[in-house]
Amino acid sequence: MKDVSFGQYYPVSSFVHRVDPRLKILFLIAYIVAIFLANNFYALGACALVLVLTIAFSHVPVRKVFRAVRGILFLVVFTAAINVLFNASEEVYWAGPAVYWKWKIFSVTQAGIVFSAFLVIRLVLLVTFSSMLTYTTTPVALTDGLESLLTPLKWIRFPVHALALIMSLALRMIPILMDETERIRDAQKARGAAMDEGNLIKRVKAMIPVLIPLLLSAFRRADELGEAMESRCYMGGKKRTKYKKLRFTWRDLIAFLLIAALVTGVVLLRVYVGAFL
Amino acid sequence: MTAVSFKNVDFSYGEDGFHMKNFSLDVEEGELVAVLGHNGSGKSTLARLMNGLLLADGGSVEIFGEPLTEKNLYDVRRQVGVVFQNPDNQTVSSIVEDDVAFGAENVGLPREEIGRRIEFALSAVGMEKYRDATVSRLSGGQKQRVAIAGVLALKPRVLVLDESTAMLDPRGRREIMDVVLRLNREEGMTVVLITHFMEEALLCGRAVVMNRGEIVMQGAPAEIFERHEELLTYNLTLPRIGEICKKLQAGGLPVPDTLDIDLLADSIARLLNE
Repeated sequence: MKDVSFGQYYPVSSFVHRVDPRLKILFLIAYIVAIFLANNFYALGACALVLVLTIAFSHVPVRKVFRAVRGILFLVVFTAAINVLFNASEEVYWAGPAVYWKWKIFSVTQAGIVFSAFLVIRLVLLVTFSSMLTYTTTPVALTDGLESLLTPLKWIRFPVHALALIMSLALRMIPILMDETERIRDAQKARGAAMDEGNLIKRVKAMIPVLIPLLLSAFRRADELGEAMESRCYMGGKKRTKYKKLRFTWRDLIAFLLIAALVTGVVLLRVYVGAFL
Repeated sequence: MTAVSFKNVDFSYGEDGFHMKNFSLDVEEGELVAVLGHNGSGKSTLARLMNGLLLADGGSVEIFGEPLTEKNLYDVRRQVGVVFQNPDNQTVSSIVEDDVAFGAENVGLPREEIGRRIEFALSAVGMEKYRDATVSRLSGGQKQRVAIAGVLALKPRVLVLDESTAMLDPRGRREIMDVVLRLNREEGMTVVLITHFMEEALLCGRAVVMNRGEIVMQGAPAEIFERHEELLTYNLTLPRIGEICKKLQAGGLPVPDTLDIDLLADSIARLLNE
């Protein structure tokens, strides 16, 4: 974990990796909107197609992508079950009975199956596409992208620069503090502390001798960091220039056209095809 | 020209701790000065007084003839770069290049100039191949070289190293000393090297020994190390070679006092042959 790529950044070079992080963030938002505008299976298919293309051009192994879905498997199954069982609508979508099974307030209907299939697909698409953002963008690039996107907020005196600096310092400190936690744990274990024994309450209590030194050391580090930053002429965001400029390239244009086509397509399908099948 | 001049400086951290009284010290341009001293001797305070992290209570600290005040703090910090002890606590970004850029960004340099500064600073410390590297993956010596580069990107005229080798392994220490010596000899950089490694002081042109906020010894490192007994009273030792000489003499082998490893090896060989 001694790497900026904690979280789940997958370090390869690909088309998707090199798309501007600002656009990637905006695309994620656009994609989410598209998923929720999609009200028939053609539109959802279009969304899925865009996702497949994204995965294909990201060089992230499919196995890794599905790991993200596994994390929400319980949520997916649970939502699907609830939706199937509680949907009592008697609409008919295909030949056969509208209601397959009924017991008190529970029922399995055609509408319920269609509806919950819809929901499951939406959830899976949503989670997979979001995880593609973190797979293909370093935390540093994400921070830069967010800072750039939030720039308009400077107009209402929102401290965008300070926020971005805090985020980037936090990212810098995570591997350091994780190392330190490990060291303190070892030191306490060497002194006979029982970290991994006993019930939950005992274990939580055993964390106190780790957390307090960690906290103290974090404060000391913050102090030293402040001195070092001042020594390098840090005087807040005023007058400051930025070395790294995000620039749009042909990749961004292609990605933009794809996502624009998706949103337009979904809207058209919504208007001309209508809900469900 | 005098690069840094302490003129009758008074300073104290309130009630407890030591008091600096009437402290004077001149560092000439292009000099390489070692500041030695035991813990609490005031050597780190010295570094902080030089770039205005601390301000003198009385007297004045002058940088190239200009007295340091609250008004010219940032001008002074551009001229006097301070590198601290722990490399982990002075890097602000996870990527080498971004970290080196930090100082240059702070003073509002144009983009192209920052790019040139990064190139210059990284090649000055021999880290140009690591421009896109992740800081947390580097060795201690490499991290500290990045920290030096971060300071060099502001193109300071004086470089102050506040125990910057203290947390490094011998190899890391050697890397840093190589960089410092090269900067001093080739770029004419004025360097104040605050350290408790006597071997490092040997490489400097002048050594200053501090004790409880006062300068107690001053002169060429070799001369200072001749006054062995006096050094001991300030809780300081000789460089390793000097210690070995003393021990051999105490053990009955009459080697001469020397700080030169080859000379010592020769005389041991000669004495053993006799």
